[in-house]
Amino acid sequence: MHLILFLIFAAFCLGGAVNLLLQTHPINSALSLIVVMSSLAVLYLLLGAEFLAIAQIIVYAGAVMVLFTFVVMLLNVGEEERTHGSKVAKIVGFPAVFAFLSVVTTVVLEAQRHLGAIKLADAMTTMRELSTVLFTDMLLPFELTSVLILIAILGAVALARKEGHS
Amino acid sequence: MQSSLWNDIPSSWYLILSALLFSLGVIGFLIKRTLITVFMSIELMLNAVNLSFVTFAHDWHQVKGQIFVFFVMMVAAAEAAVGLAIIISIFRSRATLNVDQIDLMKL
Repeated sequence: MHLILFLIFAAFCLGGAVNLLLQTHPINSALSLIVVMSSLAVLYLLLGAEFLAIAQIIVYAGAVMVLFTFVVMLLNVGEEERTHGSKVAKIVGFPAVFAFLSVVTTVVLEAQRHLGAIKLADAMTTMRELSTVLFTDMLLPFELTSVLILIAILGAVALARKEGHS
Repeated sequence: MQSSLWNDIPSSWYLILSALLFSLGVIGFLIKRTLITVFMSIELMLNAVNLSFVTFAHDWHQVKGQIFVFFVMMVAAAEAAVGLAIIISIFRSRATLNVDQIDLMKL
C-alpha cells in the first residue's frame, strides 16, 4: 500500500517537475508546479506530517501558486523565446548538477543501513505535539516570522506601486 | 523481504526523490529564459529541501524538523510576494521578462 502510494506520487512529482522544464508557456509551468506541490503534500502525509500536508496545500498549492498565476495573467506573458542561454550554465552548471546528484545519491545509499525504514502510520505527528513545541521552544522565531511577513507585505506593496502616485 | 518492502520504504528513497527534485529545479533555473519560470524553479528547489527535512524529522522522531519546514514555507511565501512584486516593477520599466535582456541591477 505504502509502496504503491509512494511510487504513484513520486512519479507525479518527477513528471510535474520535468513538465515544468519542458513547457514553454509560463501558465503551463505554473500548473505543473501545482501538481508537484500537491503530490508532495501526499508524501508528507505518508511521512506522518499531517499539519504540513495541509499547510502545503493551503500555502503553496493555494496561496503562492495563485499569486504566480495572477502575475502571469496580469503581465500577459507569452511563449518563452528560445535562446542559447549562458555559456557558464552549460560549462559549469550542468556538470555541477550531475556531480551534486551523484554525490547525494551515493552518500544516501551508503548510509541507508543507518537510516530507518518508513512505516505507514508509524508516527503521525499530531497538531498537539507540533504546536506545543512551536509555542514554547520556538516562540521567538515564530513571532519573528510574523514580523517578516508584515515587512514582506509592505515591501511588495511599495515595489509594485505605480510611480508617481503618492 | 518482499512483504517488508511492501509496507516499509527505506527513507533513502525519499531522500533521493528530494535530490532529484532539487536537481530538476537547478536545471530549470539554468535553462529557463522567462523570469517568472526561473522563479518557479526556485520554489521547486525549496519544496525539494522541505521533503528531505520531513523525511529526517520522521526518521529521528524530531518534531523540530517539521517546524523548520513550517518556517521555510512562511519565508517562501514572503519571498514569493516580494519577488513577484519585483517582477511586476521590472516588467513595467523594461516591458520584457526575458532574463537575457534584464542585465542591469537598476530598474
